[in-house]
Amino acid sequence: MADAARDLTLTNVTKRFGDFVAVDDLSLQVPQGSFFALLGPSGCGKTTTLRIVAGLEAPTAGTVAIGGDDITGLRPYKRPVNTVFQSYALFPHLTIFENVAFGLRRRGAAHITEKTERMLDLVELRDYANRKPAQLSGGQQQRVALGRALINEPGVLLLDEPLGALDLKLRRQMQIELKRIQTEIGITFVHVTHDQEEAMTMADTIAVMNAGHIEQMGPPAELYESPRTTFVANFLGQSNLIEAVVVDTSGSDVVVDCHGQKVGVVGDRSHTDQGQAWLGIRPEKIVVNPAGDDATAASVSGHNVLGGGVVTDVSFVGVSTQYLVRMPWGQEVMVFEQNTGRRAPLRNGDQVNLEWSADHAFLLDADQDAQAGVVFEDDR
Amino acid sequence: MSDLVADDVAVEPKPRRRRGKGWLLLLPGMLWLLVFFIVPTVQLFITSLYDPNGSYEFGYAMTWHFQNYATAVTDNVDLFVRSFTYAGIATVICLLLGYPLAYAIAFKSGRWRNVMLVLVIAPFFTSFLLRTLAWSAILSDRGVVTSLLQTVAILPDDGRLLATPVAVIAGLVYNFLPFMTLPLYASLDKVDPRLIEAAGDLYSSPFTGFRKVTVPLSMPGVVSGTLLTFIPACGDYINAELLGTTQQYMIGNRIQAAFLKERDYPAAASLSLILMAIVLVMVIVYIRRAGTEELV
Repeated sequence: MADAARDLTLTNVTKRFGDFVAVDDLSLQVPQGSFFALLGPSGCGKTTTLRIVAGLEAPTAGTVAIGGDDITGLRPYKRPVNTVFQSYALFPHLTIFENVAFGLRRRGAAHITEKTERMLDLVELRDYANRKPAQLSGGQQQRVALGRALINEPGVLLLDEPLGALDLKLRRQMQIELKRIQTEIGITFVHVTHDQEEAMTMADTIAVMNAGHIEQMGPPAELYESPRTTFVANFLGQSNLIEAVVVDTSGSDVVVDCHGQKVGVVGDRSHTDQGQAWLGIRPEKIVVNPAGDDATAASVSGHNVLGGGVVTDVSFVGVSTQYLVRMPWGQEVMVFEQNTGRRAPLRNGDQVNLEWSADHAFLLDADQDAQAGVVFEDDR
Repeated sequence: MSDLVADDVAVEPKPRRRRGKGWLLLLPGMLWLLVFFIVPTVQLFITSLYDPNGSYEFGYAMTWHFQNYATAVTDNVDLFVRSFTYAGIATVICLLLGYPLAYAIAFKSGRWRNVMLVLVIAPFFTSFLLRTLAWSAILSDRGVVTSLLQTVAILPDDGRLLATPVAVIAGLVYNFLPFMTLPLYASLDKVDPRLIEAAGDLYSSPFTGFRKVTVPLSMPGVVSGTLLTFIPACGDYINAELLGTTQQYMIGNRIQAAFLKERDYPAAASLSLILMAIVLVMVIVYIRRAGTEELV
């Protein structure tokens, strides 16, 4: 499977269930050997996309190819693709050894015992070879599922929320493990998840999915720093979205009027160039300063200041303090401040200015819902 | 990953259950078994050792006459063999008919599932005896089935169905099919379809997936279904009585005759116990071979 350019390519894939469009004309290319994450809320079509690649669902339209080979019509058992299922789907009647060896036996491979033992070593389950899946913990079962798929050296390994059932601590460890194994063996991983941190920790490339299509695709840092849609801005981390009007696009920074105060946004993060817009700024990029000594602060080139804020809520969370600042137009802006001890924490009612670098904001088309993709803590 | 292994410890042994309460729940069932199973079985055992020269009218003497067992076996070898043969054939046919039926209900029936399950148990709404009598009409010499089979020359023109082994086995199959189908359905219904998907993902064709995943996971149903069919079929006498002749009589007919007609109680009791013992041994060997305790 090591031949060059065995990229996974989806071309105009659509899947309808009755009237419901689960996947809507989706095209993407996953380079061979990369760790690719499909990220989105439940119901966005990411699992359906995965099942189409695995052959467990047939697309209504479009094609799936690995390298140059069109596999759209192939039955699952004829595809060079293996899946780590969300439920693990381990065979309860077989030992761990036989679970891992299952794929090799079906294909009549040679040296099954040695290969299986090597895989059990890789996932560190050698001592559990003769147990049944029910005798293992969740994390161990997860590793069996991984080993059972990896041993077949698939062209593409599909992972359907494989860490969803694990507790937080184990999940973090498994994320690092998965990334290590992927780097070690160089197989293409396509990882479906609704956990944005998980996607950012592991993936080289993330495709954020919403309502059956891809909102934005790129390296995690690029998606985070320069989202193109309000959905991505809200779903990947948190964002303050402030109404603004574009007033000047002549300089290197786009200048917007934000409720009477002018601020700049660096050109390549401005995804709209006229009229109404959403000015986006991440909470941790904002610096709050007491307004007292410098009440008439104004933005200078590259450095933005929004004045007139009043602190309405202070939550101390250890490494940082989270402030809510009410702006003159009534909106509450969220600010995360590292507890460096630079100055005493602010208190409710303090007058403050918000400041940030023009490099750190982004500008989005105002036609979108500012709440799109907002994740409530309960849903995580 | 070594720090990982240390963290997620394998399943711990189950905590010890509190004693007392469990026994209390068992009590009614145990009492029932004591009164209606243990006591009669002991009584049966005692009866089986009575002097065979006694009689129902004048009473029996307890002579510890173990010879009763030897006589019972030597006099009825052919009946025992026939019983186990008929019951075995009927069980195999039930399995061949019941498995596809249960599979279809569990995986393919969709919204018809409940209707189909009711249809499987529908025969129980009529008495066992009546249904078997109905079969004697169905298989009768002038019946549709017989004449159809004669027309297509499967049966010779003077051939019959009634009063043949075919009729008795057909009756057994019909009467015990639900006992095969329901346990099979129960265990097939528990098979997680995602496991079959996983087998497909791991290079199993649908048939291989069925052989390697579905069948092993349905083994508990196969074992309980075959036992629920084979055990009562071994002792059955209604089917042989109504659909066969003395040439098709099974050991049940002999026991029934000894108890109710000849009133030869020691012989009847020893036959019953021998049947019980043979079936028990066969069942133990079968369960050991099937290895169901290994299954989850």
